[in-house]
Amino acid sequence: MTTLVLAAGDEFVAPGVKDFFPPPIFGEVTKPMVLAVFSIVIIGAFFLLGSRNLKLVPGKFQFVAESVYDVGRNSIAREQIGAKDFKPFVPLLLTVFMFVLVNNLFGIVPFIQFPTMSHIGFPLAVSVLVIYPVYHFVGIKRHGFLRYLKHQTVPAGAPWFVLILLTPIEFFQKFFLNPLTLAIRVFAAMFAGHLLLMVFTIAGEFLLLNGGITVVVAPVAFAFAIALTFLEALIMVLQAYIFALLSANYIGAALAEDH
Amino acid sequence: MVNSLVVAAEGGQNPVLPHTSEIIIGLVAFLLLFFIIKKFVSPKFEALYAERAAKIEGGIEKAEQAQAQAQETLEQYKAQLAEARAEAARIRDDARIEGEQIISELRAKAQEESARIVAQGQTQLETQRAQIVAELRGELGRLAIDLADRVVGESLEDEVRRKGTVDRFLADLDDTSAPAAK
Repeated sequence: MTTLVLAAGDEFVAPGVKDFFPPPIFGEVTKPMVLAVFSIVIIGAFFLLGSRNLKLVPGKFQFVAESVYDVGRNSIAREQIGAKDFKPFVPLLLTVFMFVLVNNLFGIVPFIQFPTMSHIGFPLAVSVLVIYPVYHFVGIKRHGFLRYLKHQTVPAGAPWFVLILLTPIEFFQKFFLNPLTLAIRVFAAMFAGHLLLMVFTIAGEFLLLNGGITVVVAPVAFAFAIALTFLEALIMVLQAYIFALLSANYIGAALAEDH
Repeated sequence: MVNSLVVAAEGGQNPVLPHTSEIIIGLVAFLLLFFIIKKFVSPKFEALYAERAAKIEGGIEKAEQAQAQAQETLEQYKAQLAEARAEAARIRDDARIEGEQIISELRAKAQEESARIVAQGQTQLETQRAQIVAELRGELGRLAIDLADRVVGESLEDEVRRKGTVDRFLADLDDTSAPAAK
């Protein structure tokens, strides 16, 4: 299946999982690790420069920085958590959004071209080790342990025979599924998207070099690769937004007074 | 599926299983970024937003104050204007009353004067008339005696009778002329 014999005789090797694990750059350090560190340098520099010397009437760069900050602050944190409690979570959710966004976008940046989030370790670190403890912690802190447990697993107003079914599902979802699906969603989207891009790009290259008569199809493959790059850009932004939005949603649900 | 498993087995890599080192790197990188944003970025933006909100609210308040002040000044002006109008009306009224008073005073004075002049003239006339009457009376008696002397000659000896006749005649004359003089 992985081989495709064409007229020219060279073997076509379809891109696969192995392409996601390039050899380490040095020692144990791999490309995604470098990218993850690089991403926080970019984001940190952007915000530190953008927040330096803030003016009431913003300049161009401050306006851009404010707009990005406002996405995390207003459209993610305030929308999901509510105007009363959202303030302390703005830095966290902004970090989540920017971290996932920039690491996703690495997938279409020339020469980098690798979405860090296609390695499940990174989204898992954020969702399971950061978001998951945070929303349970603030929920328990607000309501107390038992009340929080009831609040999270027993939807108000449901009749008892529904609760028998619903409570285990809610429990399973709130305590096991939420962090995992959060990580897997972005991982799968980035993995599949990158694979798709590789397929069209490598196939186009192969057709161009070894395709013989089928060389005429190569431009079609490249055109698809370019079109898919735009689609990927959309998906990358969307996935980062969804990741941050759901994180905010979990926190908001944990803090909410009624279910 | 089978193929991918084979590849995974060959390369010793399974994309669904996380690498511990990546989790650690991811977590550390994330926490570092979180620290930077929480410590240095977010407070600045929040302070800016608070300042901006305060400024806008302050501006609104200032505008309201200015408006209130303008309203107050306008009312003051209006009150002053009304006062001035009332004052002017009062002055006009006063002037008219005073004028009327002056006119009536002058009229009274003039009337008095005229009455005085008339009265003076009348008394003057009266005296003159009395004088003339007295003069005429004497003259008339003398003339009548002269006339009678000439007419009758030396015939009238009885002086007493003569005197009575003349006096009676003059009295009669007085009676007839007196009402006309009055």
